[in-house]
Amino acid sequence: MSGYILTRMGDGERVSLPTDEVRADIIAGTEEAAAKGNIPPLTSEEIDELYDIIADKNRIVSVEPGNEVVMTDDGGAMLLVLDQPDGGLGLSMGRAEAIYAYERICCADTVHLGHFDYSFKPLKAIISLEANEYYNASLMTTTPMFYGSQPNMGLYFTPDGPVRNPTELFQAGDIKGAQDAQDEAGEYMREDILHVVKQLSEVGCEGINFDTAGSSGDAELRVVLECVEEIKRINPGMPIIVGMSGEFVLGMHGAAEYKGKKLAGMYPHEQVGIIEEAGTDIYGPAINVNCSKSFPWNLARAVTFVKATSAVANIPIHPNVGMGVCGIPMFEQTPIDCVTRVAKAMVEIGKADGL
Amino acid sequence: MPIAHVMASGIGGMRTAGDLVAWMQMSKKMRINEAKQYVADKLGIAVIDLANEEVMREIREDLDIGLITAIAGKVKGIAAKKRIADLLEITIPSVEMFKAKLN
Repeated sequence: MSGYILTRMGDGERVSLPTDEVRADIIAGTEEAAAKGNIPPLTSEEIDELYDIIADKNRIVSVEPGNEVVMTDDGGAMLLVLDQPDGGLGLSMGRAEAIYAYERICCADTVHLGHFDYSFKPLKAIISLEANEYYNASLMTTTPMFYGSQPNMGLYFTPDGPVRNPTELFQAGDIKGAQDAQDEAGEYMREDILHVVKQLSEVGCEGINFDTAGSSGDAELRVVLECVEEIKRINPGMPIIVGMSGEFVLGMHGAAEYKGKKLAGMYPHEQVGIIEEAGTDIYGPAINVNCSKSFPWNLARAVTFVKATSAVANIPIHPNVGMGVCGIPMFEQTPIDCVTRVAKAMVEIGKADGL
Repeated sequence: MPIAHVMASGIGGMRTAGDLVAWMQMSKKMRINEAKQYVADKLGIAVIDLANEEVMREIREDLDIGLITAIAGKVKGIAAKKRIADLLEITIPSVEMFKAKLN
C-alpha cells in the first residue's frame, strides 16, 4: 500500500504504519534515548538512513559487503538442544554436536557452551563435568569457543539460597540490612564464579561470557567487575565478555561502587568505561524494548544508545540482540524482518563491532 | 534468530575469516576495523575479501587453517587453531594447553 510501511510493534504484532508516522516514531525514539541518557540524538542523516532500513521493501536486509562484524552469542548452539522456555528446539543431540553444527552449518564467528541451569551457583557443583565437556569440544572446534553463565545473584537469597532476602528487608524498612544481605550474597557469588573460571582455565578455556550481568542490580555488577579484575590478574590471557541485563544499572543496593564510581543508574555509554577498567575484552550493552511502542521507535532508541557507547568505547562492543533487547520484538519466535533490520542498523548506524 | 543475525551481518565464521577476526577482538581487544585490517594484512588481502568465500576458501586451504567442508587429511580443531595462533601471532589458551601436553 503506497504511503504505508509494513513493520511491527515492540511485541512483534505486524502493523502497517503511514510513512510519516514511521519517521515520527524514529525521531521520538531517538529523542527519548537522548533525554534518558543525556546523549546526542541521531543526526538527520542517520534518521534518514534508519528510515530507509526500516522501509526497505525486502523481507530480509543485510549489511553492505565490507561492513560485516563478529558474531558472539549467549548460547546460539545451545538453542538446538534446549527447550521452549529458552526458545530452544529440543533436538535429541548432545551439546558438543550442537556446537559443531553451529560452527559448520550456521557459520558463526564464535561458538558458546553453557549449562542448561545457566548460573554460576548451580554450575559450581558440576563444574568438573562442564570442564570435561568444554575440553572435548574445544579439541574439535576451530572457531573461538566461549563458556557462558549468568552471575544471577538472586539465587543466593532465600528461599533459593542462604542469605536473607533483601526485598523482604526493604519491605520491613531495614535498608542497611538489605544492603548487607546483598554484600553477603555477592561474596557467595564471587566464590562460585572464581571457582568455576579457575576450573575452566585449567582446561584451556578460550573465553568466558558473563551473561546478563547486573540482573540483581548494582551490587551484583560490582562483584562481576571485581571478578573480571581477579581473573585477569590470575590469567591475563583469558578473554572475557561482559553482557548486560538491561540498559541501566538497577540500584537495588544503591551505594555499590566500583573504583569510586557509583554503579546505580549507569547507562551503556557510562557502563563501558568501568567495564573496560576492570579488564573486560568485549562489552555487550542491552537496551530495553517497550512492547507498546513501534519497532521503529524501539530501534531508533536502541541505536542512539549504541552509537553513543561506541563513540566512547576503547574495546569492541557487541550489543545484545536477542528477544526483547536492542529493538528485537518481545516475541518468542522473533520476526526475521526485524532481526535483520536490527543487525544492519546496529552495525551501520550504531557502529557496533559485533553482535 | 542467531542464524538470521549471522547471515545479515556476520563475517561468515570458517566459511571466510570470521573466526580469525574474532580471535583478534578476543585476544587484543581490537575494535572491528582494526581487527579486520590486522587479519587482512596477515592474509595479504583487501578487507572486503575477509567475508568473500571465493577468496577465503583458497586462502584457508593453502594455509591449512581449517575448512568448512570436510577434507580428510586437512587440519581440524585444535591443530587448525594452533596454525591460526601462529599466523596471527596470538596466544590461544586451548592451544597452549595442547602444546604443553605434547611436551
